[in-house]
Amino acid sequence: MAKKKVVLSFPPSLIEEPVTYRLIRDFDLQVNILRATVRPREKGRMVVEMEGEKSNLEKAFDYLEERGVQVDAMVQELRVHSERCVHCTACTAVCPTNALSVDPASTEMVYEPTKCILCEACIPTCSYGAIESQF
Amino acid sequence: MLRTIEEINAKIKSGKVVVATAEEVVGLVKDRGLKEAAAKVDVVTTGTFGPMCSSGAYFNIKQSTPKIKCGGGRVTLNEVPAYAGWAAADLCLGGTAIPDEDPRNAVYPGLFKYGGAHVIEDLVAGKKVSLLARTYGTDCYPRKEYRTELSLADFNDAVLFNPRNSYQLYNVAVNLGERTIYTYMGVLRPRLGNANFATCGALSPLLNDPRLRTVGIGTRLFLGGGQGYVVWPGTQHVANPSRDERGLPLSPSATLALIGDLKTMSPRYLRGASVTGYGVSLAVGLGLPIPVLSQEVMAAAAVSDADITFPVVDYSEAYPLGRSGNLGRASMAQLMSGQIEIDGKKVPTGCMASRVMGREIALELKRRIEQAEFFLTKAVAPLPGATLLED
Repeated sequence: MAKKKVVLSFPPSLIEEPVTYRLIRDFDLQVNILRATVRPREKGRMVVEMEGEKSNLEKAFDYLEERGVQVDAMVQELRVHSERCVHCTACTAVCPTNALSVDPASTEMVYEPTKCILCEACIPTCSYGAIESQF
Repeated sequence: MLRTIEEINAKIKSGKVVVATAEEVVGLVKDRGLKEAAAKVDVVTTGTFGPMCSSGAYFNIKQSTPKIKCGGGRVTLNEVPAYAGWAAADLCLGGTAIPDEDPRNAVYPGLFKYGGAHVIEDLVAGKKVSLLARTYGTDCYPRKEYRTELSLADFNDAVLFNPRNSYQLYNVAVNLGERTIYTYMGVLRPRLGNANFATCGALSPLLNDPRLRTVGIGTRLFLGGGQGYVVWPGTQHVANPSRDERGLPLSPSATLALIGDLKTMSPRYLRGASVTGYGVSLAVGLGLPIPVLSQEVMAAAAVSDADITFPVVDYSEAYPLGRSGNLGRASMAQLMSGQIEIDGKKVPTGCMASRVMGREIALELKRRIEQAEFFLTKAVAPLPGATLLED
């Protein structure tokens, strides 16, 4: 079994196509939608976690590419600007998945992109503009 | 008495001074005992960094030709209003001031992207700011409007002046209400969603000398990357708070009014902060050196995160309405573990002050003392409620 967390961007032309249904039906994947914005005539975006057989997962990505769905790694979506961060740790208190946490030894704020679900709860907590979402 | 400030300064000059940070002495006293630690260490350095709203700067500008009288007129720096009710060329800029056009909380929660604190940060970062003065003309100051671009070096004087900094102890803020609230203690989620604190704990300046035995008016300290001085008790200074058995205050108490030459400071230790839904604030880095004049001083400076406790206060109702509540206390060690327990509920914690920056400042002050770039001063008068240790 393999697991991947990615951001899917759909061109407006694909809005009618049940992409998630295809991923589940045709490729036997578990699809967990963490976040989605889908509006008529606009680009749709979805943060999903997909789990299944490695070969099925690969085929699913081929299908997405063929249909014109852009697949991006999560890491590009939430940016923590380390030069602006003062390590106050205010953001860590509202992070539901511990993607933002405090290293107990150094007391530094640590960001682990793989745990982030792009809920953006942290953004208003940062007084120094160090966290930016590109979702 | 173990040593005098004159003796410490002589040791700084000869390069023989022994300095340790307030974090380092916790372990030292535990391992080697109070007597040996106090005999060994001459100076303990502290440090803190966080938004301190009662901060600002005053400036004197070079006169234009013809001359202008700012006093009685209106002045802005990068569109942020400055106070001009002084003589012809003196201005004061508060850290929390914001442009008249800022939407504030009209679009709630407001973002407060730029204010007085950011002007101060821009100036110490070497950027130019635009000054606009509009006033009335007089026979000796005929000019009525003056626009110019100024960098920090262009001012005759630029002085950081903070009426209240370095709060000794502060509340832990929580929200018992039903909606997210935006406060100077950060974003507080409803129904005890999180607990925010604002202190460097064992590194915090006034928690390492809780009875203010070595700090008073005239004490030199690390301020915003340069040197500053304690000029007065800070506003809201509480002279005689209730204390625990260690002498630590039980509620917010002592504060300091600080001054220093802005031209010696650095944007690393003076940062504009945009506190969502609340406003602009200036994050200030400061470090207080504590001369180990006696074993009693070392015992106080060896305070650990487990020793310090803070009152937990509800900011949805109790704080804004000035009511007292009873949500108990939390220790710094618990707060730093990432969660505390309130009424049986585990509540995640977050901090507004930076322990990492506080440590950096304590280490930087230690380095400056060791390299004879920083000498200690003897306070000329105690702060209200305190008695200075005479040496």
